[in-house]
Amino acid sequence: MDASDLAVVARVRAGDHDAFRHLVERHSRSVFRLAYRLTGREEDADDIVQETFLKAFRQLARFESRSSFATWLYRITVNCSHDLMRQRPRAGTRTSLDDPEHGASIQIADESAGADPMRELARRQIDERVRAAMSELSAQERSAFVMRHYEGLSIEEIGRVLDLRTSAAKHSIFRAVKKLRRSLEPVAGLES
Amino acid sequence: MTHLTEDDCVLHYYGEAGDMKSADAHLAECESCRRTFEELSKALRAVTGADAPERSESYGAEVWARIQPRLDAPETQPWPRRLAGLFTWPRLATAGALATLLMAAFVAGRHWAPPAAPPVPVRAAATPAPTAVRERILLIAVGEHLDRSQMVLAELSNLDTAGPVDISAERDWARDLVASNRLYRQTAARDGKTAVAGVLDELERVLVDIANGPATASPADLERLRDRLETQGLAFRVKVLGSQIKNDASRPLAAPAPSTL
Repeated sequence: MDASDLAVVARVRAGDHDAFRHLVERHSRSVFRLAYRLTGREEDADDIVQETFLKAFRQLARFESRSSFATWLYRITVNCSHDLMRQRPRAGTRTSLDDPEHGASIQIADESAGADPMRELARRQIDERVRAAMSELSAQERSAFVMRHYEGLSIEEIGRVLDLRTSAAKHSIFRAVKKLRRSLEPVAGLES
Repeated sequence: MTHLTEDDCVLHYYGEAGDMKSADAHLAECESCRRTFEELSKALRAVTGADAPERSESYGAEVWARIQPRLDAPETQPWPRRLAGLFTWPRLATAGALATLLMAAFVAGRHWAPPAAPPVPVRAAATPAPTAVRERILLIAVGEHLDRSQMVLAELSNLDTAGPVDISAERDWARDLVASNRLYRQTAARDGKTAVAGVLDELERVLVDIANGPATASPADLERLRDRLETQGLAFRVKVLGSQIKNDASRPLAAPAPSTL
């Protein structure tokens, strides 16, 4: 475990609530990134960041130093994201070209694409398929895949975050990869 | 070394294969495995998606400013969680006992109470009837229950494996769902919602089998489950029922439309 995290946790537990600020400042951006990858919506991710740190603060007594503080925080983030997705089933990560947020990201991509519009078009089609496929994954598969593929957590760490055995975490990733590959088949070769 | 499966290639891609050196050596000499690995790598490299929006260096301080005043406030749970809290077993058991007592008191009153004075007309209340509120709460809870059940069935039907696979997580999930399913089924049957009760009855049989089954499933077990779900059309019916229930639950209470179920 990160020694400085442990030291801050000890200070907060001893009653120095303001010390919690260090943990918030250190981990906010990675929590935001994970929440965004899981929900696909910026405003949801911001809400989840706040909810995650509030929960972490209130449950700090339950934190055991067996895993790192970051892993524990990720677990809370994943749970908050699942709660939010359950309230909005099948609408969470699904975005469309009409989505203003998504439109904005395309606009930025257009400006940077420069001289190769066909390549940019192919990129868009692939991204759209990835987004659609991600929204079809189960919550567990999506969480496991996002943490392995985007966040670079090891399968063992993912198991700890999701409270799964390593084999179950592994199989969630396998299933996610299979589904993503299936949905990318029609556009295979577009970017080559 | 034997040929690499697609799953082996996934582990290798992420640098999590048990023996990376052997895998590398095999890929160097086996064209078929190399092609499989290259195709997989290409697909995974394509999965980049839009970058997560950047948050500035001051983001942590902004988050702190927003949460700091709330740190010492008592925790308030979101309403679905509070609602879910209403459906814990002890509460439901107490509610059931109270309902039985009320029913007994009502029946007793009908049979043994002395004749009452002529009834005085009472103006209908403007607020929704308690029955309507109760039905609404039940609809929301059943809708959420069906969502969760659908996820378990989808997880299991989408498992694609060459050998035995660990389904202990799904089994635990099914165990949790069996208890609530039974309660909702009984309530639906009592309220005369035969279509809902019928689907919940079939769902319960599948959930019970999963809950009482082994922690690992063979490809043949999974195939049998898929066949069963497809033959009965259960996954589809659970999905349709879930959508109908959500529509019913979203209608305003003041002007309730007749239930489609």
